[in-house]
Amino acid sequence: MSDNRKLIKIATAGSVDDGKSTLIGRLLYDTRSLTNDKLEAIERNSKQKGFDFLDFSLATDGLVAEREQGITIDVAHIYFSTEKTNYIIADTPGHVEYTRNMVTGASTSQVAIILVDARKGVIEQTYRHFFINNLLRVNHVVVAINKMDLVDFDEDTYLNIKGDFEALIEKSNYSFEQVTFIPVSALKGDNIAGKSENMPWYVGNTLLDHMEVLEPQDLKENTAARFAVQYVIRPKTDQYHDFRGFSGKLHGGPFAVGDEVTVLPSFTKTRIKSIHFFDQTYEVAQPGSSVTITLENEVNVSRGDMLVKSTELPQSAKELSAIICQVNHTSLQVGSKLILQHGVNSVLAKVQSIEHLIQTDFSGEIPADRLQLNDIGKVNFKLSKPIHYDPYTENRDNGSFILINEGSLDTVSVGFIQ
Amino acid sequence: MSNILIPNPKEAESIHIIREVAAQFERPVLLFSGGKDSITLVRLAQKAFYPARIPFPLLHVDTGHNFPETIAFRDQLVEELGLELIVRKVQDSIDQGKVREEKGRYSSRNTLQTTTLLDAIEEFKFDACIGGARRDEEKARAKERIFSVRDDFGQWDEKNQRPELFDMLNGRIHQGQNVRVFPISNWTELDVWEYIKTENIKIPSIYFAHKREIFIRDGMIWTANEHVYREPHEEVLEEMVRFRTVGDMTCTAAVLSTADTLETVVEEIKSSTISERGARIDDKRSEAAMENRKKVGYF
Ligand SMILES: Nc1nc2c(ncn2[C@@H]2O[C@H](COP(=O)(O)OP(=O)(O)OP(=O)(O)O)[C@@H](O)[C@H]2O)c(=O)[nH]1
Ligand SMILES: [Mg+2]
Repeated sequence: MSDNRKLIKIATAGSVDDGKSTLIGRLLYDTRSLTNDKLEAIERNSKQKGFDFLDFSLATDGLVAEREQGITIDVAHIYFSTEKTNYIIADTPGHVEYTRNMVTGASTSQVAIILVDARKGVIEQTYRHFFINNLLRVNHVVVAINKMDLVDFDEDTYLNIKGDFEALIEKSNYSFEQVTFIPVSALKGDNIAGKSENMPWYVGNTLLDHMEVLEPQDLKENTAARFAVQYVIRPKTDQYHDFRGFSGKLHGGPFAVGDEVTVLPSFTKTRIKSIHFFDQTYEVAQPGSSVTITLENEVNVSRGDMLVKSTELPQSAKELSAIICQVNHTSLQVGSKLILQHGVNSVLAKVQSIEHLIQTDFSGEIPADRLQLNDIGKVNFKLSKPIHYDPYTENRDNGSFILINEGSLDTVSVGFIQ
Repeated sequence: MSNILIPNPKEAESIHIIREVAAQFERPVLLFSGGKDSITLVRLAQKAFYPARIPFPLLHVDTGHNFPETIAFRDQLVEELGLELIVRKVQDSIDQGKVREEKGRYSSRNTLQTTTLLDAIEEFKFDACIGGARRDEEKARAKERIFSVRDDFGQWDEKNQRPELFDMLNGRIHQGQNVRVFPISNWTELDVWEYIKTENIKIPSIYFAHKREIFIRDGMIWTANEHVYREPHEEVLEEMVRFRTVGDMTCTAAVLSTADTLETVVEEIKSSTISERGARIDDKRSEAAMENRKKVGYF
């Protein structure tokens, strides 16, 4: 795409009915991103429901069950752009039962918008979602204190909630600069794209202006180059008879022709001979590229192996300690055997011990012998083969994994390596 | 050769997904409709495996009511790129008595396609079907996963989808299940058009403005043709039109347009005030038309 705009991925968070979907719908409306036919559908539906206002949540709540119940069940992905920025917004559910869907949305985001209902203030689900964003190290948080229209746009209400939230920030890994507070009315459009006339006491940016000034470099961390091999390319045509390329997506840092690399798990050393992308060759590939690489020596490389620079080896271990978030109804307990998928590589894993459950209100840990749906806890694993990882705090991509139940084949947990 | 590859993030993501399909499944297939999204998928698949060939066939479910331009384009593309094409016909499903042809004013073979598709999946034991659906197209599609697991009956269980964390894709399935894969989930209509423009990808002529015999119904522009039911009072006109989305003739409406180059098409889409599916007659059947079709195995 000949598009120089920055790309920002955002996920909403906050308790049920705090106004997440309404806020996204409003943002679409105010940036003229809703086409006439979609707007007409919202008008028609709002009328059918007997509302005398436009129910903007209908812009994202796309399932019949969601529209009937007026709640979000699963993540909706919404796209819009301004002159400067392309946005991908994951509108996530607030209901406790669907916390796993909120985790899913947050896992691919750089910014979280956490909504708080001004009438209710900071409640359990707010803690939980802030905690999850903290755990996932989502780079930037916007706390949108919503429904200000229902509290007469009162500054003290705003300041009290802000104060409560700041106490949470102190307990988290976030710095105060990473968290921004904005008083809004999603329904009426105050401080969403246009500055509110009802809250002259607020001097900061509107939500949209704030997102526009976030820079992608603030949102990304530079780490070591990690290249997990997805697929071996062997054309076996006359022209490419001996071509053996390793394709995958490069994460973290760049790769250049001539770089000395180590192949894991064999720890063989070789050099990058060429970097291919479609019918072109390149000297350097920037992180984020899906490329095909050839190596100078005939080394044995297959799917799941990893190429790294020899000077930047990751950690290798057959025993792991990780923070686990349970995203399935089956519980995780000592002795559970599962498939552990780390990037594109899979090994078998067994739960050795469960250290504790982590309380999502930042109040500490409690002992437990199992993790149930939506629980977060620290778990120790033994693996059938070593994996080559970085701690999650240093590298999101190479520091996370999913666990798959061998019977149902469902994804049951997500792990953040310590 | 001192050149640096700066990735296009959406393209890189799509290629990653397509390679995961080739690696995780035994019998993948790319569902090819001849529309711009599936044409884009073919280019992405070429890029994913170059210099090797695309390691899976294309499947076209032919309603028999396709625009002839689309079919001609399909055959030419397959020939040029040396791809393997499988065609399965809705007409055969009708002849076998598996589905019944709709009659009257809004009759279409669009929903009948599902049966032909599910039969083809069973016939070839396909375990992964790659499709060009995008989340920005429609509100039920905004809820789709990238790897979407379907049961033996092809059904979508929208309230119980597998979580997809980071870029890890879990394609493990049981016997009889299959996965629908959507590599361009995160692309917008404009992304697709800009990509077609930058990559200089060939597309069927009906995407560009051309003279066509049409008639107007419910404020939409329908193709006047023997496959499209028309009432005597519905007058046939000749207009300059183009298509924004290409299903078959009975479910795709045209738009008035003079855009006859990729540049002018992209400009037109940027300033458009109606959505791409605003011209899909099949979505207008009801509020939940798409969700209901997906639940029974539609794309
Ligand atoms: N008065 C007022 N009502 C609001 C505002 N924002 C949202 N609402 C209403 O609050 C209710 C819930 O809004 P939603 O947007 O569906 O809430 P949500 O956070 O997306 O809920 P879940 O997705 O189910 O967690 C709806 O009735 C909205 O109309 C606001 O700023 N002011
Ligand atoms: Mg919602």
